[in-house]
Amino acid sequence: MTVNGRTQVVDVEPRLLLVELLRERLRLTGTHVGCDTSQCGACTVWVDGKSVKSCAMLAVEAAGTAVTTIEDLARLARLARLADTAPAASPVAGSSTAAAQAVALHPMQAAFHACHGLQCGFCTPGMVMSATELVRRNPRPTEDEVRHGLEGNLCRCTGYHNIVRAVLEAAAAMRAAGEAGSTDDPAGIPAPAARAAGLGGAA
Amino acid sequence: MTAAAGRHHPQGMGASVARREDRRFLLGKGRYTDDIQLPWQSWAVFVRSPHAHAAIRGIDASRALAAPGVLAVLTGDDVAADGLGGIPCGWQIKNKDGSNMVEPPHPALAQGKVRHAGDPVAMVIAETRDEAKEAAKLVEVDYQPLPAVANLRDATGNSHSPAALVWDEAPGNVCFDWHLGDAAATDAAFAGAHRVVGIDVVNNRTAPNAIEPRAANGHFDPVDDRYTLYTTSQNPHLTRLLLGAFTLKVPEHKLRVVAPDVGGGFGSKIFHYAEELLVLWASRRVGRPVKWTAERSESFLSDAHGRDHTSHAELALDGSGKFLALRVRTLANLGAYLSTFAPAVPTYLYATLLSGPYAIPAIYAEVKAIFTHTVPVDAVRGAGRPEASYLLERLLDKAARETGVDRVELRRRNFIRPDQFPYQTAVALQYDTGDYDATLDLALAAIDYPRLAERKAAARARGKLRGFGISTYIEACGIAPSALVGALGARAGLYEAATVRVHPTGSVTVFTGTHSHGQGHETTFAQLVAEQLGVPFESIEVVHGDTDRIPFGMGTYGSRSAAVGGSAIVKAMDKIVDKGRKIAAHLLEASVADVEFSGGSFRVAGTDREKTFAEVAFAAYVPHNYPIETVEPGLEDSAFYDPKNFTFPAGCHIVEVEVDPETGVVEVVDVAIADDVGVIINPMIVDGQAHGGLAHGIGQALYEECVYDAAGQLLSGSFMSYCMPRAADLPMFRVGNHSTPCTHNPIGVKGVGEVGAIGVPPAVINAVIDALEPLGVTDIDMPATPEKVWRAIRQAGASGGGR
Repeated sequence: MTVNGRTQVVDVEPRLLLVELLRERLRLTGTHVGCDTSQCGACTVWVDGKSVKSCAMLAVEAAGTAVTTIEDLARLARLARLADTAPAASPVAGSSTAAAQAVALHPMQAAFHACHGLQCGFCTPGMVMSATELVRRNPRPTEDEVRHGLEGNLCRCTGYHNIVRAVLEAAAAMRAAGEAGSTDDPAGIPAPAARAAGLGGAA
Repeated sequence: MTAAAGRHHPQGMGASVARREDRRFLLGKGRYTDDIQLPWQSWAVFVRSPHAHAAIRGIDASRALAAPGVLAVLTGDDVAADGLGGIPCGWQIKNKDGSNMVEPPHPALAQGKVRHAGDPVAMVIAETRDEAKEAAKLVEVDYQPLPAVANLRDATGNSHSPAALVWDEAPGNVCFDWHLGDAAATDAAFAGAHRVVGIDVVNNRTAPNAIEPRAANGHFDPVDDRYTLYTTSQNPHLTRLLLGAFTLKVPEHKLRVVAPDVGGGFGSKIFHYAEELLVLWASRRVGRPVKWTAERSESFLSDAHGRDHTSHAELALDGSGKFLALRVRTLANLGAYLSTFAPAVPTYLYATLLSGPYAIPAIYAEVKAIFTHTVPVDAVRGAGRPEASYLLERLLDKAARETGVDRVELRRRNFIRPDQFPYQTAVALQYDTGDYDATLDLALAAIDYPRLAERKAAARARGKLRGFGISTYIEACGIAPSALVGALGARAGLYEAATVRVHPTGSVTVFTGTHSHGQGHETTFAQLVAEQLGVPFESIEVVHGDTDRIPFGMGTYGSRSAAVGGSAIVKAMDKIVDKGRKIAAHLLEASVADVEFSGGSFRVAGTDREKTFAEVAFAAYVPHNYPIETVEPGLEDSAFYDPKNFTFPAGCHIVEVEVDPETGVVEVVDVAIADDVGVIINPMIVDGQAHGGLAHGIGQALYEECVYDAAGQLLSGSFMSYCMPRAADLPMFRVGNHSTPCTHNPIGVKGVGEVGAIGVPPAVINAVIDALEPLGVTDIDMPATPEKVWRAIRQAGASGGGR
């Protein structure tokens, strides 16, 4: 399999969950575990470009696939030349804008930052992965479609208000960047970038 | 400090600065407790009681000990043999007769008996999480099940069946029988009342459900004989204090408690939990770091729950609709053990708020706190204050219906007027400031109250019943004046501490005793510093959550961080500016009295002679040309700030719902609120806090409930059965503010973290009842689930109510 563009060859116990592989074996701790019944969505990652709750998938089921986690979203955006068109991280936060330029965020991440779509940050990785895939499938979601599209992700801090605003704002930025609605490849990013990201062929 | 006067700094007071903590979270680089993996890490899994009440006849760990990877199996006997202390309670309540509450022991692992489903019985430590989990299944506990009481009704018994006792030393399962207010004055007012309106309400039990489950990673280092605990805590110093003085019994200089990134708290991570003590103790026993992370179903059985009151209240009114007196009787469920702040919640955080924003001349409240065989109950977002506002605002709506006075007008008529501040209530508190008409007017305008009838008619045409619900609430936060709470039974001070370190080149590190787990202190506290010291926002760092780095602190809860923690930072900065003026006076060859400080410069009044803050900082650390005889080198100061009073955020929350009479489904279609949270540091963050509280409050009102069966099994013990509000359940929120600055802290802030959870639940239920009134429904309890609403409609129809 590939994880975030890098080939990974790992021996796993049959019962190991994908999220356990990511967190405990590969030390990709950005993907979180918030429940034990696949309800909260904090563990959402992409498998071949589709949102998957990684606590509900065995690691062995991911053999041969391309897995993308929150840690790689900004890099994918850069590869896809999306970052150039990302909105300024914040109209007022000089430091944040400067920092954002240092390592550009994906438009969805930038919109979560600008709209205050996160507080404690624990649900955020899953929320961002779900939301990004949602906009790739549906480039012009209505507020209602965003709310229903995020039903698999729980947040206790924000009341979802600013998350929904962020997704609507990011959708506009992703449309402008040509990412929204993109189905070029399994991960939904333009083919050359996908190859560069190692998403073209799985190990 | 003159922060309230106007913004001096582009990233200072009043600016919606985007949060600096976002970046690490958005990139997956947050560092939460479960992310921390120590060298030679081992894992703990707890064996928990499946019974609500049982005697432990024996524990056989031999099969577990023989299982692969197992390092140890520890039980209550080991806890006792090693002399670990029980989990202490941080607040002692006195009974009406002056005697102390019943305070039973709370061993870290059960000894002799288990008292709720989920009570920890044994701890299995193994090389891996899976091995610990497998071995935990092999621990054989011989239980003798005993009768259990799982709710207030059963626990208080009746003439037919005396209740099973949770504690032999608590007859009738009563922990305390407490009261507040003037019974005689209240009785006299009721005797002369034109009308009395009564109500019975249930405040449903909820689970806090921060999305990050609790976790703890303990490490004993034999080289320096020191313990380090990484834990999901809202107050690492408090945890250290309790570990040091009561449970682990190790001096505090040998203890380090780190609360790294914490994924939400909502009260549940205030308390010192057994698992924190046990991983440290076990680490010493097995010679390895020991980590435990709760699974969600374990969280439901081990995180303190919230609310769980039943109350009867009566309001006495005169002929003009003015309130004369209020009488309240409440039963409060405390669960099986006393959690850290449990006794304070249904007493001093509840009954003291029963005056709401209203002038009520006489109030008498009686609270009986009851033990049950359930998970301990303690503070959850709002803690006591939501129970007070829910009771009062439900009662007011009922009074409006019974007297025929419009519900908005009835509230307005009884508000404490702005010219009455400071206002002494009949239940101990003195409100410093407020303007309740202003927030009411704002919210009414936002919802477009005059056109309510049109919206109702339009809904009817669609087959829906539209309801309007209002709540004008007050809360007390910014806790708390230490001497006052000490006199009321608190066993801790509730000040806050800060250190401000100015570095030689003028950058600043702030060490705060509060803890940010979503509130954005790394941003807002930096705004405070930018505003007051005039240094660039980028040059300020805020450090929290590590007892080795921060001198002291009481942590974050009760909407106290800005009001108390922020004030401590301001006080420390005042000292720095004072010292800076002396240094600048020397450099500028002026008298100290002539040196002014503003916008990051020390200036000789009336001249253009100045030294920048950075120049003065440099001089303090390179004291060549320096008043060395009178001023020490260096530029760093600390402050402890003890608040003079609580702060009193207040406001108006309005909700409109549409009910489908066929299915009973309630949809929240509009929410407009106006809060007075005092001076606002960061409007974006304040709005975000309000949004989160609203979702939490709407969750309690419509969806959430910890349901126990009669035998004490938690039926809603996972996200499958406990309904959390999701994005599609909620609308956009319209949030407005009208600020009257707090009069007694240097920033003027009041607090915002809990307002939504306090104000909105009664507005939701009042709206549901308003919607159903045409069908004859006059009462409904939280959560107003479709089933409950549907049954209420059917019942009202059957009894011939409505049209």
